[in-house]
Amino acid sequence: MSPILTARDLTKTYGVQPALRGIDLDLHEGEIVAVRGRSGCGKSTLLHCLSGILAPDSGEVRFRGDRIDDTAEPYRSELRRTQFGVLLQHGHLISELTSAENVALPLMLGGGSRRAAMAAADTWLARLGVAEAAEQIPGRLSGGQLQRVALARAMVTQPVVLFADEPTGALDSLAGELVMKLLTRVAREQGTAVVVVTHDATVAAYAERELVLRDGEVDPTGLGVAIGVPA
Amino acid sequence: MTASYVLLGLLARGPRHGYELKHAYDQRLPRAKPLAFGQVYSTLGRLERDGLVTQAGQDQAGGPERTAFAITDDGRAALETWLGEIEAPAPYVSATLLSKVVVALLVADPARATAYLSAQQQAHTSRMRELTRLKSEQDLTVGDLIAVDYALTHLDADLRWLQTALHRVADLHREVQS
Ligand SMILES: Nc1ncnc2c1ncn2[C@@H]1O[C@H](COP(=O)(O)OP(=O)(O)OP(=O)(O)O)[C@@H](O)[C@H]1O
Ligand SMILES: [Mg+2]
Repeated sequence: MSPILTARDLTKTYGVQPALRGIDLDLHEGEIVAVRGRSGCGKSTLLHCLSGILAPDSGEVRFRGDRIDDTAEPYRSELRRTQFGVLLQHGHLISELTSAENVALPLMLGGGSRRAAMAAADTWLARLGVAEAAEQIPGRLSGGQLQRVALARAMVTQPVVLFADEPTGALDSLAGELVMKLLTRVAREQGTAVVVVTHDATVAAYAERELVLRDGEVDPTGLGVAIGVPA
Repeated sequence: MTASYVLLGLLARGPRHGYELKHAYDQRLPRAKPLAFGQVYSTLGRLERDGLVTQAGQDQAGGPERTAFAITDDGRAALETWLGEIEAPAPYVSATLLSKVVVALLVADPARATAYLSAQQQAHTSRMRELTRLKSEQDLTVGDLIAVDYALTHLDADLRWLQTALHRVADLHREVQS
């Protein structure tokens, strides 16, 4: 089976600060990959490049065999709306809309009826254990509730690829477990490919494999630290 | 030691035969090392000697496995005391993982210690994955679930330590060698 998403030799530099230095990745349908590594190693940047939010400086990203990194932003945002689900580390919800409306929005933008979209939103909010947040605006939610509402918004379209940057960072361990079980279920039942950035080994353990970054590169040792070099 | 209190706890709900106790033990503590029959009988023997359990009848067939045991009042008191005692929170740090790193640096060099730490990290990671898969793919009993949680949390703690230790290997080497 050919991979659904591939990245080859991705590089990205912010000003003079290299954030990615030649990343390769193959992602298959139904697969969960955990991206780990120390703070600042390039995890979020990688996620942004893979999901088409950011264009890499060089290298390529392909979705179902087609280049997406060099396409125009309208095409990439269309892709994000229809094929990808993205939960950003500092994801924003629209502050004037209720949680349910925020979650329903991607479906309505895709032409779905408000009724169906709101029903789907309620379903996903309930699955993530935040049904009680449905009628609240984001300003009235806790950090952990916000995180799950944003995740519901990323999952509601039943994306082919789900990118989640620290989806459990603000959650207690039981809520984190609920979230990870749900991600595992959609991967298994809907064939969703999941890229999950996490610092937490108990979260990474839900993934079949880990991609450990160190200073913008894949660390083949999987350790994420410089080793064996006495300082 | 702990096993004897678990047996007392099981007997607190009514007299049982040795073989029943073994099965009840394994059922209640599903992820513990299974209690050997021999261990059940030797533990019961000790508890009986200390007056914490007493024999409570025997099936016609006889033999230790057919002997029923009951908890005594002293047994209940001992159980109550044990339940009320707070375990000393890690009074000594003695872990094989830690000792191996120190010894590796004594007899070899940072590369040896690092090789060990990274191999151990991989072993821990794959065990965590295994337990996590169990948790997300099967309907575990609550008893099983909290045992798996316990294991995962401790593996996670070890992993964090392994990661930090990797950063400190070079410094520790200098200290050990000086
Ligand atoms: N918008 C930006 N402008 C300039 N530098 C940036 C920007 N975003 C990230 N960086 C830098 O690029 C590097 C990688 O950042 P990135 O956000 O990808 O790290 P990360 O692995 O996600 O870290 P964390 O675990 O803290 O979220 C860091 O050195 C960071 O300071
Ligand atoms: Mg980040």
